[in-house]
Amino acid sequence: MIGWKYGDLLELSDLSREDIEGVIETAKAFKEVSTRDIKKVPALRGKTVVMLFSEPSTRTRLSFELAAKRLSADTLNVTVSASSLQKGETLLDMAKNIEAMNVDMIVVRHKSAGVPQILARELKPGVINAGDGCRSHPTQALLDIFTIQEKLGHIDGLKVSIVGDILHSRVARSNIYGLVKLGAKVTLCGPSTLIPPEIERQGVNVTYKLEEAVSDADVVMCLRLQRERQEEKYLPSIREYVKSFGLTKEKLKNAKKEVLVMHPGPVNRGIELSAELADGVNSVILEQVTNGVAVRMAVLYLLFGKKEKIS
Amino acid sequence: MSTLIKKAIIVSSKGISKDPQDVLIEKGVIVKIGKIAEPDAKVIEANEKYLLPGLIDLHCHLREPGQEHKETIETGIHAAAKGGFTSIVCMPNTNPVIDNAKIVEGILKEAKRVGLIHVFPSGAITKGQKGEDLSDMLELKEAGCVALTDDGRSVQNSQLMRHAMEYAKMAELPLMEHCEDATISKGMMNEGFFSTLLGLKGIPDIAETIIVARDIELARYLKTKIHFCHISSRRSIELIRRGKEQGIQITAEACPHHFSLTEAAVQGFDTNTKVNPPLRSKEDVEAIKLALKDGTLDCISTDHAPHAQEEKELEFDAAPVGMIGLETALGLSVRELVDSKYITWSTLVDKMSSAPARILGFQNKGEIAEGKDADLILVDPNKEWIFEKETIVSKSKNSPFIGEKLKGFIELTMCNGKIVYQA
Repeated sequence: MIGWKYGDLLELSDLSREDIEGVIETAKAFKEVSTRDIKKVPALRGKTVVMLFSEPSTRTRLSFELAAKRLSADTLNVTVSASSLQKGETLLDMAKNIEAMNVDMIVVRHKSAGVPQILARELKPGVINAGDGCRSHPTQALLDIFTIQEKLGHIDGLKVSIVGDILHSRVARSNIYGLVKLGAKVTLCGPSTLIPPEIERQGVNVTYKLEEAVSDADVVMCLRLQRERQEEKYLPSIREYVKSFGLTKEKLKNAKKEVLVMHPGPVNRGIELSAELADGVNSVILEQVTNGVAVRMAVLYLLFGKKEKIS
Repeated sequence: MSTLIKKAIIVSSKGISKDPQDVLIEKGVIVKIGKIAEPDAKVIEANEKYLLPGLIDLHCHLREPGQEHKETIETGIHAAAKGGFTSIVCMPNTNPVIDNAKIVEGILKEAKRVGLIHVFPSGAITKGQKGEDLSDMLELKEAGCVALTDDGRSVQNSQLMRHAMEYAKMAELPLMEHCEDATISKGMMNEGFFSTLLGLKGIPDIAETIIVARDIELARYLKTKIHFCHISSRRSIELIRRGKEQGIQITAEACPHHFSLTEAAVQGFDTNTKVNPPLRSKEDVEAIKLALKDGTLDCISTDHAPHAQEEKELEFDAAPVGMIGLETALGLSVRELVDSKYITWSTLVDKMSSAPARILGFQNKGEIAEGKDADLILVDPNKEWIFEKETIVSKSKNSPFIGEKLKGFIELTMCNGKIVYQA
């Protein structure tokens, strides 16, 4: 077991290479639990995990809830309005109310970047970031890394291309950090309006040509394109986006033969990814979902092992 | 009765007196400087501390009327006096907006009731700060406004801004532009590496420079003056420098937070670091310091922007912009500019008192000389002090500088010859 030194998981860049590898090792063990007839271990019996979600999320919330339940923790769901202003209650007030009920861990999803940090600074229970704004989604990156590692045996030296709306993607930001840290060659591809400034400083290549991104790729990770981006004038049309950046079997032909096609879900079939590919032999999209539970079990388990706060 | 300040080192924009001087004050005016024996006068021993002309802030928010939970004219005045300010220009983005004589009169009446220091309202350029129709500038001037600004937003329409500049010239009121192209500025922090890292929507420097460039062109064409509020970016400074070289009548200010902090300060998601214009890059900070040194930036203003705790204790996206600044302006400026040898104490006095007085056309303020107003502060130049939350006089405490060590301690503030603050 690795020496997990944090009480919170706020963003992937708080973790070292060894930390990330430790989560993956632990997740391997927990993946087996989910294949048993009785899918439960007593590790977190008597602990309470609260899911505090301000954004609709089916899979992440379900995944965390299952992970906690399979570790025998009690779980409860709190849905908060997107802005705590609406109720005239500050974010902290609300969080402190939850804290006052003696919960042990808060899993938070919020549309505003930095909310997990703010909560972790002010609250005693541990905080796990389940996605904050465009900033960070550490467990998604961990499960993506776990999936790649499981399928291809290693991360080092792989060409991983992330395609789509990088600017608004917390999945991309966390994956960039984790994959670069583990030695992958990361290429970002998307329309120029959806590439964030100075992203190259994080050790990635940027291209506007999908062929370049796909060529010799070991992994192609497609991101969900929000239709609002067209209304916000980032894009001329969805039609042109599909033509230039939508991944199809034809466009994938210059990738490595065993290329993994990934997507954090939910997939816009026919936009960023063709249905044929989403269901095809290279797709590991549903395995990502399966692994998500194991990775979140690992994270919960490791965080409960240590109480002291990171800051 | 007269007042005699004994043995003060006088710091003016022109230099520092070699020997300690005595300053005799009668009826709120400096009447004599030198070696003075005046047995009947009330004596203030300066003990060779620095005597500066009272600081003048071109840019602060007093929030009254309308948002008295953040600040009132009274609490703002006390914060200003503690910070060494004897004259402050308050911004018109109150509720209702300062766009007519009645509001101006109300503010001046309350300021007079509180007394202590001089409060000068600025009026809105456009009615309701809506950017649609010019406010009655002549009426505002007559009521007591000393400047015009739509602070918080720019006049987006160039034709309207042209008319505003022409009309303000006739009204003989400085026009102070908050430079922000609203179509491109919808963000939370400076756009760049850190906004990418933090996943916060960026505000690029072009949101500022596009308006700076436009207004310089307007001022050139119309042969009028323009003053730029809280300049935050290197590129704006380059444009201003070039404009000044071409003889265009530009003045501009910088705020202490823009030369004391970089965008990196946002990393902890402390909403007190959310300001508009945003904290910028290292290169921008350096450019501001150099521009204060070479005169491209004329003065230092606070952009004191109080917000209640519950308003700032929100998600970064939802929190309002601004931080308080009246009580930290001198301490930060000494630490960041004088101590690091960018400027001298005399230049600092110019930036914080003489230049603002010139911009406002105040003949009797901003200098220490016989015949000038006895608006003075006594400063221990070498004393370091910690800015502590408990000591904040402003009604709001939204400052990212709490707990920091500042330099230059204000021992006494005098306005109209009367002591209005004493440490």
